[in-house]
Amino acid sequence: MSDFTSDGWGFYVTIVTLASIAGCAVLLFALGRMRVTRSKTGGPVETTGHVWDGDLAEYNNPLPRWWMWLFYATIVFALAYLVLYPGLGRAPGALGWTSAGAYVSEVKAQDEKVQPLYAKYRAMDVKAVAADAEARAMGERLFLNYCAQCHGSDAGGSKGFPSLRDTDWLYGGDPAQIRASIVDGRNGIMPPFGPVLGDEGVRDVVAHVRSRAGLPADTLRAQLGKPLFAQNCAACHGADGKGNQQIGAPNLTDAVWLYGSTEAAITESVTKGRGEATAVTRMPAHKERLDPGKVDLLVSYVWGLSNLK
Amino acid sequence: MEIGDTSLRRAQGPAADAGAAGRRVIPIEPTTEEVALYEIRKTIHPRAVHGWFARWRWTLVFATQIVFYGLPWLAMNGRQAVLFDLGTRKFYLFGAVFWPQDVIYLAVLLIVSALSLFLFTAIAGRLWCGYACPQTVYTEIFMWIERKIEGDRLARIRLDASPMSLDKLVVKTFKHTAWLAVALWTGYTFVGYFTPIRDLGVRVITWDLGSWESFWILFYALATYGNAGWLREQVCKYMCPYARFQSVMFDRDTLVITYDSARGEPRGGRSRAIDPRAKGLGDCVDCNICVQVCPTGIDIRKGLQYECIGCAACIDGCNQVMDRMGYPRGLIRYTTENALAAGEGAGAAAMWKRVLRPRTAVYGAVLLVIIAVAIGSLAVRNPLKVDIIRDRGALAREAAPGRIENVYRVQLMNTDEAPRRYALRASGLPGLEIAGVEQPVDVGAASTRLVALRLQAPIEHADGRTVAPGAHKIELTVEAVDDEKVVRHEQSTFIVPR
Repeated sequence: MSDFTSDGWGFYVTIVTLASIAGCAVLLFALGRMRVTRSKTGGPVETTGHVWDGDLAEYNNPLPRWWMWLFYATIVFALAYLVLYPGLGRAPGALGWTSAGAYVSEVKAQDEKVQPLYAKYRAMDVKAVAADAEARAMGERLFLNYCAQCHGSDAGGSKGFPSLRDTDWLYGGDPAQIRASIVDGRNGIMPPFGPVLGDEGVRDVVAHVRSRAGLPADTLRAQLGKPLFAQNCAACHGADGKGNQQIGAPNLTDAVWLYGSTEAAITESVTKGRGEATAVTRMPAHKERLDPGKVDLLVSYVWGLSNLK
Repeated sequence: MEIGDTSLRRAQGPAADAGAAGRRVIPIEPTTEEVALYEIRKTIHPRAVHGWFARWRWTLVFATQIVFYGLPWLAMNGRQAVLFDLGTRKFYLFGAVFWPQDVIYLAVLLIVSALSLFLFTAIAGRLWCGYACPQTVYTEIFMWIERKIEGDRLARIRLDASPMSLDKLVVKTFKHTAWLAVALWTGYTFVGYFTPIRDLGVRVITWDLGSWESFWILFYALATYGNAGWLREQVCKYMCPYARFQSVMFDRDTLVITYDSARGEPRGGRSRAIDPRAKGLGDCVDCNICVQVCPTGIDIRKGLQYECIGCAACIDGCNQVMDRMGYPRGLIRYTTENALAAGEGAGAAAMWKRVLRPRTAVYGAVLLVIIAVAIGSLAVRNPLKVDIIRDRGALAREAAPGRIENVYRVQLMNTDEAPRRYALRASGLPGLEIAGVEQPVDVGAASTRLVALRLQAPIEHADGRTVAPGAHKIELTVEAVDDEKVVRHEQSTFIVPR
């Protein structure tokens, strides 16, 4: 309705609607009193005057009278509907029905229907739920609906979206941390270090990082990069490079690379940073979208992915 | 806006034209009348009729109703043999289970029905309406009940005209109760096609019906009671679209119920002893039986009319009179416009000559081909259905250095009523492998299973060849472990990033 900024449109619609209904009633009344002549012997019969294909004409035979009452019934229905439901301009209708209200009440009814199912698992331990076949099937369906778009149907993740199948966790893999990630979301930021380190400095740091992870790297540059790492990177990733789950700084010494392990990928991470600065990834908070019952099932399912094999 | 009733003048038929040309018309009453655009229906009291065609109609009433009322009670494979389970979206039809994916067979069924209608209508007009249409069938059953309770035509006319009395009230109440009983049983049977009928029966007895079940039983019962008891011929005249477009499928070689006006006119009453030719009379004794038996209340002697549902009651009625008069049968008979113009009499040979023509041959041939193809396709129907969808969220990922992984959702649908195990194979790229799936995959009886499938392929090979970046066509093969005939090949793409 925002397109119709003037109240005049509401009146216009009301008038057109009511005039149409009144017009139908008048037409029906007039036709109900009209009479036509009809042959009794099968001879020429009055036609409507419409002719198709040269010789097809339309007879003007009467309809049954109850049919006319059906037409009147539609008028009564229309008027009753317009009184009860919103239809006349901006009038809200006697029942107070709105499409948004109908949606809310349907969602509420559905929630009430499924709550007992969730309640059963809410009372159980996360690990017991993870081992329950029915709960796992429900968790999988929820995962495919809410999580698989980013983390993949197999929960294996992709570039920028962590895998949930392995034991490497950015923010910790115990049930409480998984719940926090789902409910409140996560927003890890790697700031850009290109301006700080300069091109040469970036290359040294990248070589150092790769050498720590056991990837082939220029030994000299790796040595040169060591103090730069301690100055710029250790604050988050730790002096040993094993990361910090408090702030989601990844472990740089293992084989899991969120944005890729190639020299080019690491160079880009260091130079331009990752996270909100480049608007690539952010785990959105789901507390508005998922009720606690669904969160419980998802926590158990995700926990089970890496802990139950 | 369309006012009143429409019908096509072409359907007026041969008799009226022939009559206008060759008969002496003596006007004894005004030929036109003033009527309102909406007229009050005059109740029709058809007279009972016996004969060859009436027997055929009753045969079809029994045949269709034994099937309709009986089918839901058959059991098979530990379930109802015919059940359209809308809740789980599975249609059980004897040995076969149809899923929503099989909707093509519904389309085939509709095409076959439409073509059959074309064929039968081209051959002999409104055969469907006269013998098999539920409206005709239930009207026939309801009229039989009415006749048993209220008596035949004259008794009913007298009863309807009489003032309300205790007797009349009792008779009418009895009739409507009987009608409602049949209607409710019909509604119950109808719902029994969609929810197991035996459980439904238990719920009816214990008064524990769901709201939808109650609604549909009552709705279908009310529709049966209203249509067959009250509306009757009005359904055909005013509501049924079939009735109207069937007329368009007539041609001059279509068998239609026709009064032979050349033989019948001039009509007139006479004693059986006299020779009508000597008195200048035709064979029609003007007994009006053909009008009295007509369920739509028309006079077939006025020529073919849109109200005629082709039930042939007038043929049976007239033949009885002809027999009594000692005249040959067939004054009213199935004949064609061309046959009548050529002066051909009744008889099987003449009929066949008109029936066999290019139009019916083409309809028949197309019909046979479609039926044969449908039966063939049903016979080799694969109980396994597979859908493969590549994850759209991520193009590809590196599973290990030099090893690219794509993720797919594979929906395995086992339409068989026995559990099955399937083996999955992928091909299309050198070294393409399936990961993350425990093989073989079990799928329960008549159920589906979603499998998140990972496909991995090396991008560099020992001989130095590399897989080019971009989309590659791959094929997933799913095969039942115990039956190599149950196999599906599904295409998808595998993406290698730059």
